[in-house]
Amino acid sequence: MRPNRALEIGTGLFVLLGFAALFFLTTQLPGSGLSLGTESGFRVTAKFDNVGDLKGGSPVSMAGVTVGRVESVGFDPNDFRAIVTMRIAPEYDRIPVDSDASIQTQGLLGGKYVGLGPGGSETYLKEGGQIEFTQSAIVLETLVNKFFANFSSRGSDGGDSDKASSDVAAKEDAK
Amino acid sequence: MSSPIVNDAARTALADVVVDVRNVHYAFGRRAIFSGLDIVARRGRITAFMGPSGTGKTTLLRLITGQIAPTEGSITVFGQDVTSLRQRELFGLRRRMGMLFQNGALLTDLSVFENVAFPLREHTRLPESLIRQLVLTKLHAVGLRGAANLMPAELSGGMSRRVALARAIVMDPEVLIYDEPFVGLDPISMGVIVRLIRQMNEALGITSIVVSHDVEELAAIAHESFLLSQGKVVASGTPAQLRASNLEVVRQFMEGIADGPVPFHYPAPDYFDQLLSRGPR
Amino acid sequence: MSAAAPVVDGPLVAMLRRVGAVGVFFIRVLAQCLPALARPRLVVHQIYNSGARSLIIIMLCGLFVGMVLGLQGHDLLARFGSEDALGVAAALGLLKELGPVVGSLLFAGRAGTALTSEIGLMKATDQLTAMQMMAVDPLRVVVAPRFLGGLIALPLLVAIFNVVGLFGAQLIGVQVMGVDTGAFWSQMQAAVELDDVAEGIIKSLVFGAACSLVAVYEGYHAAATAEGVGLATTRTVVNSSVLILVLDYMLTAAFL
Repeated sequence: MRPNRALEIGTGLFVLLGFAALFFLTTQLPGSGLSLGTESGFRVTAKFDNVGDLKGGSPVSMAGVTVGRVESVGFDPNDFRAIVTMRIAPEYDRIPVDSDASIQTQGLLGGKYVGLGPGGSETYLKEGGQIEFTQSAIVLETLVNKFFANFSSRGSDGGDSDKASSDVAAKEDAK
Repeated sequence: MSSPIVNDAARTALADVVVDVRNVHYAFGRRAIFSGLDIVARRGRITAFMGPSGTGKTTLLRLITGQIAPTEGSITVFGQDVTSLRQRELFGLRRRMGMLFQNGALLTDLSVFENVAFPLREHTRLPESLIRQLVLTKLHAVGLRGAANLMPAELSGGMSRRVALARAIVMDPEVLIYDEPFVGLDPISMGVIVRLIRQMNEALGITSIVVSHDVEELAAIAHESFLLSQGKVVASGTPAQLRASNLEVVRQFMEGIADGPVPFHYPAPDYFDQLLSRGPR
Repeated sequence: MSAAAPVVDGPLVAMLRRVGAVGVFFIRVLAQCLPALARPRLVVHQIYNSGARSLIIIMLCGLFVGMVLGLQGHDLLARFGSEDALGVAAALGLLKELGPVVGSLLFAGRAGTALTSEIGLMKATDQLTAMQMMAVDPLRVVVAPRFLGGLIALPLLVAIFNVVGLFGAQLIGVQVMGVDTGAFWSQMQAAVELDDVAEGIIKSLVFGAACSLVAVYEGYHAAATAEGVGLATTRTVVNSSVLILVLDYMLTAAFL
């Protein structure tokens, strides 16, 4: 083919654009991947009875603001609890050591994240610290099972279903 | 005169047979195109294949160049049996042949210069300066050196064919095949092509095979002609011999008679029967 | 030229023969890809043909697909109170499915038909035969560069489609629908894994090979007439589309 400068420049631009897009997609999107610039910050751990489907890359937030990320979720075979390792951004270096960590859900169907509630201590979390007060994830199935278990135990007391349901309703109102 | 010139005795007498087609049968699906074809093309001569439309002249070219294989018979080019050649050997054979297509078949993406240079670039490692000289020389031979930078779309039909001719001779082939070179040209362009074909043959000694149905033009340049009809050679010889032939088939073709062995009417049921009947057709 | 009497002659055998023919053709083209790379200029020209010239349509459609994703996704997620997950929905939807599939369908329509008609036209004007007569293999000079051009161009086009689509989704979700921009991106980054991106890239490579193969096959085997080229172009679009969707199912299942 005839060497055509405009054509070669055009192709070069296209290929460059394509690779830039690929680069963006592979590095900027995945949380647990080759993300740039999230290796700063300090590591903190917390143990939970149940982490639900919390995974690496999930956000760690405080007062609704994302202050860090879950780095990994492991298992402690000694006390059968889950160990969540989090990386907190370096600017948040004044989180009290007695803060609590709970696993919450974003919206009704969203993913899990770790929410931190502030404690009152004057000592702050730093690299290698561990959060003592934790609250596990609320797993939907367990909740439903509990509800039905409650419900049917009421029925076997001898009351009719009307009474049982009004009892439940009364309990709900009392909450 | 009436019997074809080609029989074994005659064949052995002809020392330099470049293309030898013997008893070739070829069928396309159920249609038999050739049933026992015998043709020779001799070195340094211009051999013409003539015949009415649809007799398979182009098919014959494809058989000779090894694009298709006959169902029976043999085709020998440069002493080699074309049908038994493998791809690489076939390509080697084709490098010694040049072919001029009916519509030129220039590569539309390339300029005239690049088209003529194409075989050189593909098959040789000649330096650019040498390629340039060769291309310009060949273009000059066909009278189109000044058009070197035009694109094929800008050329007229006659000019396309001349560029294609330049491309066909750029590798100095021993055989040149012309597929219907006169079709659709005005008298001047036709004169140009005729002159070029004769020049290629006389000046460069190239064996030429011309497929055409232009009786006048072929009479001017062919050394030997083969007239094909209904899958066989019905007559062969010099143009003068053919013109003097008494065979009805030959007479009809050479003089352009509308009705004869090649009928005017396409096969149809009886005329009056069809008109008077009440059938759908 | 006719084959010996086959056991079962009919549409099934015809289809098998056709699939076999495509397979054989594919292998021959692949064999010519390495020699074709010896002429990088040809391949670059084809990357331009298939890629750079499809850029406008890809970006335009990517933008609108992203915007529709933003609209529909927001509407759907709002029913569950999970609007913040819009970024996740858009990213995963584009990366894993919409980018490769829609991008490839667009590619088949624009670049695939161009390839088919180019090659078909060359066949109809005897250019391919002329090359064979000049002892040049058209597969090496004409077909393989076009195949490589398409194969290289499509993944790049899909990546661009995805990026533009994401911004389209963000445009609608954040600017128009009021989703928090931080939530949009951070949730996306939390949920999207390298595996998802890889899945999209692999899909676009496979689709690129499939589309390009169909396009060059139909062009190379078109009937050597104007009508034949037109029919071949139609077959390219139809066969590419079906092949893309079938392969999409297979690849998606393989990745899950």
